[in-house]
Amino acid sequence: MSATANKPSNSSETDSDQLTGARLTELYRMMVLSRHLDERVWLLNRQGKAAIAASAQGHEAAQVACVEATDPSKDHYLIYYRQFTAMLALGTEPEEMLRGFLAKEADPMSASRQFPLHGAHPRVDLFNFSNVIATQLPQAAGVALADKLKGSDAATIVYFGDGASSQGDTHEAMNFAGVQKLPVIFFCENNRFAISVPQSKQMGIDSLASRAAGYGFPGVQVDGTDVVAVYEATKAAVARARAGEGPTLIEASVERLLPHTTDDDHTRYRTAEDIERMSKRDPIQILSDLLKRRDLITEAEDEAIHAEAKKRVNEATDTVDAEPYPGVETMFDHVIEGSGGNS
Amino acid sequence: MPEQTVIEAVRDTMRNEMRRDDTVILLGEDVGSRGGVFLASDGLIEEFGENRVIDTPLAESLICGVALGAAVNGLRPIAEIQFADFMWPAINQLIGEASKVRYGTNGVKTAPMTVRVPYGGGVRGGLYHSQSIEVLFAHTPGLSVVAPATPYDAKGLLASAIRSNDPVIVLEHKRTYRLVKGEVPSEDYTIPIGKAEIKRPGTDLTIFTYGLMVHYSLQAAEMAAANGIDVEVLDLRTLRPLDADAIAESASRTGKALIVQEDTPAVSISSEVAAIIGERCFFDLDGPITRLGPPELPPMPFSPIQEAAFMPSPEKIHTAITKLAEI
Repeated sequence: MSATANKPSNSSETDSDQLTGARLTELYRMMVLSRHLDERVWLLNRQGKAAIAASAQGHEAAQVACVEATDPSKDHYLIYYRQFTAMLALGTEPEEMLRGFLAKEADPMSASRQFPLHGAHPRVDLFNFSNVIATQLPQAAGVALADKLKGSDAATIVYFGDGASSQGDTHEAMNFAGVQKLPVIFFCENNRFAISVPQSKQMGIDSLASRAAGYGFPGVQVDGTDVVAVYEATKAAVARARAGEGPTLIEASVERLLPHTTDDDHTRYRTAEDIERMSKRDPIQILSDLLKRRDLITEAEDEAIHAEAKKRVNEATDTVDAEPYPGVETMFDHVIEGSGGNS
Repeated sequence: MPEQTVIEAVRDTMRNEMRRDDTVILLGEDVGSRGGVFLASDGLIEEFGENRVIDTPLAESLICGVALGAAVNGLRPIAEIQFADFMWPAINQLIGEASKVRYGTNGVKTAPMTVRVPYGGGVRGGLYHSQSIEVLFAHTPGLSVVAPATPYDAKGLLASAIRSNDPVIVLEHKRTYRLVKGEVPSEDYTIPIGKAEIKRPGTDLTIFTYGLMVHYSLQAAEMAAANGIDVEVLDLRTLRPLDADAIAESASRTGKALIVQEDTPAVSISSEVAAIIGERCFFDLDGPITRLGPPELPPMPFSPIQEAAFMPSPEKIHTAITKLAEI
């Protein structure tokens, strides 16, 4: 892997060493579930039941492939608010996702103190402390530093968007990770927009991955709609981390198919041509076409995958919609050790 | 019992804690071979190596963000901020992030981290080596803030901070580092966070204070004693949570409250102490709750004459005591 940005390759036409056709189909199934659940959450917002949602539509392939290349039994995941698919891929049930969006008592991430996708996962070492952009990058360096001192071969994967790349915390974290050769993977999902501000107004370069050279570790740019390309880039980065060779910056180029959040309207700042063009890079459609081209699924099987996902989402919605909201009595818990009634 | 300076107590406490718990690490600017700009970590890198005594790049947000990440992954980091005045870039990682880790994850994650911060003036530090920064942290639920004034308290409170399972800001007044000496037992002990201490018992009025001003207040109390005024000095020691019971008990008993601080008074620790006394001791007071602090200026001029005019002094405190006692 070189320290400069590699051109995206079209690698999904054949099996990679470890990503078989059967496994590709499973990842597709996960992406489709994510898409249906994501669409449901937007509907719940329009019904007034979900206060806010940020969509992962367009980011699904990058997230599912990145997770596939890691080991959830020991690795650490510092996510940001658009990691909808990554959370599902890491074993979060649709009900658990919906509990966050509907602010229900049983929300496993934060007991509904925080926005959806914020807090800490009860089973996987996945967390997202705040809505402040890029704060997770220095924290990821700290997590990785602890592993290095403990002699663990775990990798730390920290996700962020192109918007976060402008923050000082991003520079500080990458610089320190390079100095200390920390086992951290900086995984940037570049959808070219920080809410409304296009990449051309965020940076004077074409590829974020090229910044890695300034920190002394490799940076790779991959097509974030290409499951196999993302998987292979992440696999190589994980291998580097486990071998003590230091960080990697991965820039996965993706599309944000929907506005920034349910409170945004991207027609105010995106051209009709841009919106039309990005729809051709829908990772669900791209992988569906690929699986059929490689005879891994039939049209009927594809329809069944969608039907199954929709059924799963319907069941989860019915279940969670009927669940209670947290009462006032738990809001005093867990401020510091010993506070509240539940600490 | 051996006598130590504050800086010696800080250094020995970090060394002791690093010996008793190998998850304790120290990180910050110049903490390695230099031993810290105040020599708080002198000799530690030689004993514990560069994996546990980490010279960081010059980046305060990084220092606190890395400490937070390491804390949630099983370590007990001590982050040293070189001067309180340089701390503002790290505010987000502390107030925005660390303070809310336990609450925002419903107790799934915790952040057992300590941030040591040399603060305060009277050292010809000018605007950017003299600041008092306690108010923002003391305002923040989820953080604890301690401000030891003596070597004994520095050891006991720093040990408590390092062993705490939540983030603690330890404010070390840099003028006390070498000025203040005191007896420090060599054996292990801690002082609970959230407990004030009467440093001088008295009956006529109480001074509520912390940090360097504890020592200035004790000197002023001696001056007042020569005039027959018996002054109590209550050292707050912890600024969050304030020891409201100790504050109310002393104010009710002496009936007169003088709050002394080096920080500018508006919306400050003295405001909060005054509120506690007003709420809990109203009918026991024999005079107005009185505050003594510097003028409302950016702290503090480099000019020695202006610096002295800015800082509270034993003489200024004595004047305030006399005025309040006569009411």
